[in-house]
Amino acid sequence: MKPTRFIDLVPHIVLIVGVLIFAYPIYVTLIGSTWDSGTIGRGGLPLWPGGQGATNYAQAWVGEAGERAMYTPVRTMMLNSLVMALSIALGKIAISILSAYAVAFFRFPLRMAFFWLIFITLMLPVEVRIIPTYKVVADLGLINTYAGLAIPLIASATATLLFRQFFLTIPDELLEAAKIDGAGPVRFFIDVVLPLSRTNIAALFVILFIYGWNQYLWPLLVTSSGDMETIVTGITKMIGTGESANDWHIIMATTVLAMLPPVAVVVFMQRWFVKGLVDSEK
Amino acid sequence: MQRRVTFDNRLLPYLLLAPQVAVTLVFFIWPAANAIWQSVHLQDAFGIRSEFVWFENFTNVLGDPNYLDTLKVTVVFSLAVTVLAMGLALLLAVLADSKIKGTRAYKTLLIWPYALAPAVAAVLWMFIFNPDIGSFGRALRALGYDWDYRLNGGQALAMVIMAASWKQVSYNFIFFLAGLQAIPRSVMEAASIDGAGPVRRFWTITFPLLSPTTFFLLVVDMVYAFFETFGTIHALTQGGPGKATETLIFRVYQDGVVNNDLGGSSAQSVILMVIVIALTAVQFRFVERKVHYS
Repeated sequence: MKPTRFIDLVPHIVLIVGVLIFAYPIYVTLIGSTWDSGTIGRGGLPLWPGGQGATNYAQAWVGEAGERAMYTPVRTMMLNSLVMALSIALGKIAISILSAYAVAFFRFPLRMAFFWLIFITLMLPVEVRIIPTYKVVADLGLINTYAGLAIPLIASATATLLFRQFFLTIPDELLEAAKIDGAGPVRFFIDVVLPLSRTNIAALFVILFIYGWNQYLWPLLVTSSGDMETIVTGITKMIGTGESANDWHIIMATTVLAMLPPVAVVVFMQRWFVKGLVDSEK
Repeated sequence: MQRRVTFDNRLLPYLLLAPQVAVTLVFFIWPAANAIWQSVHLQDAFGIRSEFVWFENFTNVLGDPNYLDTLKVTVVFSLAVTVLAMGLALLLAVLADSKIKGTRAYKTLLIWPYALAPAVAAVLWMFIFNPDIGSFGRALRALGYDWDYRLNGGQALAMVIMAASWKQVSYNFIFFLAGLQAIPRSVMEAASIDGAGPVRRFWTITFPLLSPTTFFLLVVDMVYAFFETFGTIHALTQGGPGKATETLIFRVYQDGVVNNDLGGSSAQSVILMVIVIALTAVQFRFVERKVHYS
């Protein structure tokens, strides 16, 4: 064996520095969530955990008043974020797989017109139509409802395009065989297309769950009451202008809890996640 | 575009399309049309009557020196975020792809920031760089540097650029790594035998072969910097101090939601729409090229 030269270690050193750049802020937040607000506010946060962890998380979870303000309980915000993320992910998958099935497996008048109508939404992210979309949601009476949070975000061309792309690879022979056996379009969808799409659905679910959980501008607009607050917008409201006299211990515990679900999804479903990401951008 | 064998059914395809088409019409097409309509009208103070004013809203917006400043901030911000995120991601991906131990572990440790919301990434950076409570923020002050991103515009811009790029590195890393792993080993080995060193191999083989990925990420990162960093800016600086970190998207929100200027905000929305359409068109030209090559 040849001796390890310094040059061979360089990639490891750079990669470890890279990993640390990403891990350090998380580490600080984790540690901060186990100390009291005084220690954090004075800027004297040590590098080891303190003894306040259980108290801080319990306080954040039930929304017990901090030293300076009342907050929406984390359990309420987590539930709201969860409902929003799941509705967006499942809703998007459901309506996209149906419309992609129609476009790929049927021939009917105006097929391409519908396809372009869906396609065009790629070019209209929520940010460029904030006010009018808000107005539509308000007119429908959906402000401060789960429907208002989720439905305007569930139409997207990406998922439809992805499913359509995949459907075009299903061999014609399969469809002919199904037709000979007397299976109609609904049967074929349930017995053949859905099972074949399992991997795509799982991969897409991971990406869309994270997308839904991390929404910011839209929840900021359509929720005004504390009990509809989502956790990502909730944190910044707790911070306010970032004065040193904040309830930092509760804020940090809330931040940790806000990161947990999406990070867990990425780490534990890494294979689906990478597939979903790379596929949905094709 | 179309399968050879299809089902014959008159009604079913329309029923299948109905949910998506309904959502698209109500929440996308109608509001977008509304934004365009608003952008060429001026409403009176009570919102009862509106008058067709041609392009007055646009000339007002584009003639406003503040808007041009915002545009400048947006360009600086987007370019900086794109370059930083791509550069760092490429470096890490090339190293993680080289034949070293622990590639899988590094990969897992580098991709998870993708899961963080831009606003949460901003909050994490605040915990570190806040001049009162952050370790780095305090260290900078202790060294005699007047660090306070809440008061200094340049520092605020640097802060949002760093927080926004930090979050985007993992996305770029995943795509660069996938691109690198698609390069055949034999090509690299041949170059190696011909005596090309690692740096030369990178610039003459790896980098050109990665160009479709690089180009794709360039567009994605620009779109990210333009639109998705609203949360970063809102959480960290609220566009301030002054207007030092106000990007185009933040301004649409500010004018439309906070200042209630419908015509101006809609005109800005339409300008943004044109930008997205241009970026999407560029992206699709790229997709066609990729299909062509493979």
